[in-house]
Amino acid sequence: MMPNAATKSSGAIAGVTWATLAKDLRLECRSKDAINSMLFFSLLVVVVFSFSFDPNAEESRQIAGGLVWVAFLFAAVVALNQTWARELRNQVLDAYRVSPAPANSLFLAKALGNFVFVAVLELLMTPLFVMFYKLRPLGPAWQLIPIAALGTWAIVVNGTFFAAMSLRTRSREIMLPLLLFPVSIPALLAMVNATTAILTGEMSAKFWIVLLSTYDVVFTIACLLLFELVLNAE
Amino acid sequence: MKRIFSILALLTAVLLSFALYEALVAAPTEQTMGNVQRIFYYHVPSAWTAFLLFFINFVCSIQYLVRPNPVGDKVTNWTVIAIGIAACIAAFVIRPLPQGMEPSSVATTGLAIAGLYFLIKKYFPRERVDALALVSAEVGVVFCTVVLVTGPLLARQVRGIWWTCDVRVTSTLVLWLIYISYLMLRRFSTSGQTPILAAALAIFGALDVPLVYFSIWIFRTQHPQPVIGGGGSIDPRMLRVLLINWLAFLCFAALVCWSRYRLEILQREVEETQALEALLEPRSSR
Amino acid sequence: MLDSPPIIAISSLVKKFGRFAALRGVSVEFAGGRLYAILGDNGAGKTTLLRALAGLVHPTRGSIQIFGTTDLRAICHELGYMAHPSLLYDEMSGMENLRYFAGLYGISDDQGCAAAMAAVDLDPSLTRLVAQYSQGMRQRLSLARALLNDPKILLLDEPFSNVDVRSAGAMVVLLARMRTAGKTIFVVTHQASLLAGVADEFIWMEGGQITRRTRELQPLESK
Repeated sequence: MMPNAATKSSGAIAGVTWATLAKDLRLECRSKDAINSMLFFSLLVVVVFSFSFDPNAEESRQIAGGLVWVAFLFAAVVALNQTWARELRNQVLDAYRVSPAPANSLFLAKALGNFVFVAVLELLMTPLFVMFYKLRPLGPAWQLIPIAALGTWAIVVNGTFFAAMSLRTRSREIMLPLLLFPVSIPALLAMVNATTAILTGEMSAKFWIVLLSTYDVVFTIACLLLFELVLNAE
Repeated sequence: MKRIFSILALLTAVLLSFALYEALVAAPTEQTMGNVQRIFYYHVPSAWTAFLLFFINFVCSIQYLVRPNPVGDKVTNWTVIAIGIAACIAAFVIRPLPQGMEPSSVATTGLAIAGLYFLIKKYFPRERVDALALVSAEVGVVFCTVVLVTGPLLARQVRGIWWTCDVRVTSTLVLWLIYISYLMLRRFSTSGQTPILAAALAIFGALDVPLVYFSIWIFRTQHPQPVIGGGGSIDPRMLRVLLINWLAFLCFAALVCWSRYRLEILQREVEETQALEALLEPRSSR
Repeated sequence: MLDSPPIIAISSLVKKFGRFAALRGVSVEFAGGRLYAILGDNGAGKTTLLRALAGLVHPTRGSIQIFGTTDLRAICHELGYMAHPSLLYDEMSGMENLRYFAGLYGISDDQGCAAAMAAVDLDPSLTRLVAQYSQGMRQRLSLARALLNDPKILLLDEPFSNVDVRSAGAMVVLLARMRTAGKTIFVVTHQASLLAGVADEFIWMEGGQITRRTRELQPLESK
């Protein structure tokens, strides 16, 4: 049995994805340097926002959706910028490219790792926002969970892809948001409006959730199809 | 080639002057908006030209990625043919069509998409397809900027507000942002495979635009807002001026694209020649 | 020159980085089961040639055929690559690194990793992070990583740099043993003397081209 054939099967893709994800999570838990600075940054963002926008409870429900997601987006960008930092240090990506492991495993592992990372940041920031803005959802609050999950995946899947793209550019850190923000606009609109719909209880978030799901499916497939090209660009 | 270029330049000059006259003088004054409405004759043709150019960029990007792979190439060819046929069938089978769409225009659009794809494939070898992609993106951004400047000017005069969250206007803004980021990627990339990265980004942009359109459409159904112009029927004399302007703009865009394309190809040839010379000369060790 | 059939055939290989041509038309064939030393000044194109063989560099023109195919992804499991940067994670220990990279090749047992570490004279039970390794230890671990998948072709870029004399000698012995076992090994190095009497062929590169191939290591005129 050729190792090449084995690694091409989906079981092996999952194996490499899982191994890479486990490695990244383990390394992050071990050093905690990135997560600590991210957590503090998220806290700062919430505090700065609460000083900049100080509405009473009624207004806060209208704009909180936008505030929260913009804050999440900025925290996510800071997190996404360090996606490939460890791999860059000793050109580890060369070792990956030389191996038969499929490029998509690497992409999925990094995207899932970023998802976990950003989800942790959101879990920290959300109670703070609720506290500062006295938020209480008037609509079905359980829907906020799929909205948060789909929205975070939308940011993270494209963010991981563009982070890999910006590896081949000058001004790497600014290229990531430059590439990510325009493409993320429909997702951002969906996340913000869905959240606002739940918070105000004034309308249904259903259409937005469907749009967000469509966005996630379309771009996850696009990223999986095109990542190998981006990884192998010198 | 040079002669055709000169003829095109002359034609463009004539058409633009004629179109200017038509738009500013000959076209009837609009009832409610007055002379300010004439900005419309620059706003709409610029938009159509910009969209055409961005579509050309999208086609070039797909071809650049797909052509080296024979299987992918075949699949894409057949997909494009299928789109053309489906558009023709749908135009006459689907009843009723969405508002504003005529059967003939749907069929023509489908055939135009297929025609454009195969025209580009025939006349542009793979390396040049990338140059065409770059050129169409650059000129497209310029026309899109014109759209985004004339739009608020028109809205301000007519409605008293600079910006509305209109479906088409916001979609155009996002398209403009995506292509600015495309140009920035091209400029900042240090990779030898920049065309591949840029093509991937163009595909992402193309996937994004319908999603933008729908997201704002949903937004608008939930938060209705005033509409800028458009919708409803248009006076046939105004339509004629609009089409004349569009023709003039298309010629102008073709002229600019052609010049820019020649410049880009020449630049690449110079680099190739210099690299070739470096190859042939004995190199002293550093 | 070739008494066994060539497994690698390079034809008119050109590689340009912008206006700089790193490889200027390299055409050469390599037989299997040999140890080749690639020598030359800085900027001669040695690293680029190695990276082209590893499939990391897209040729501008020309082709590379390994085991009869130009699709280098299809035979990548037969290649082992070691570069100037260590290609290792500083934040993990030696065994953790090897375990991870072995996983990329579909190898899940620890024995192979431990054996690879032992082969380069490193202790598999060492829990020290790679960041705390000496440069020589890092080089040796990098070599161990290249050996994980038991490759038929080894591509080593400056494996002896910053390695102490004793360890370098041990590495040369290891390479000779692997060559005798049938592996094809390419070593780019500035320390050609280490491979004198061991390498089957010395390949000299200059200005992006191969200038000569010799069986013996001859003293260079300018040095």
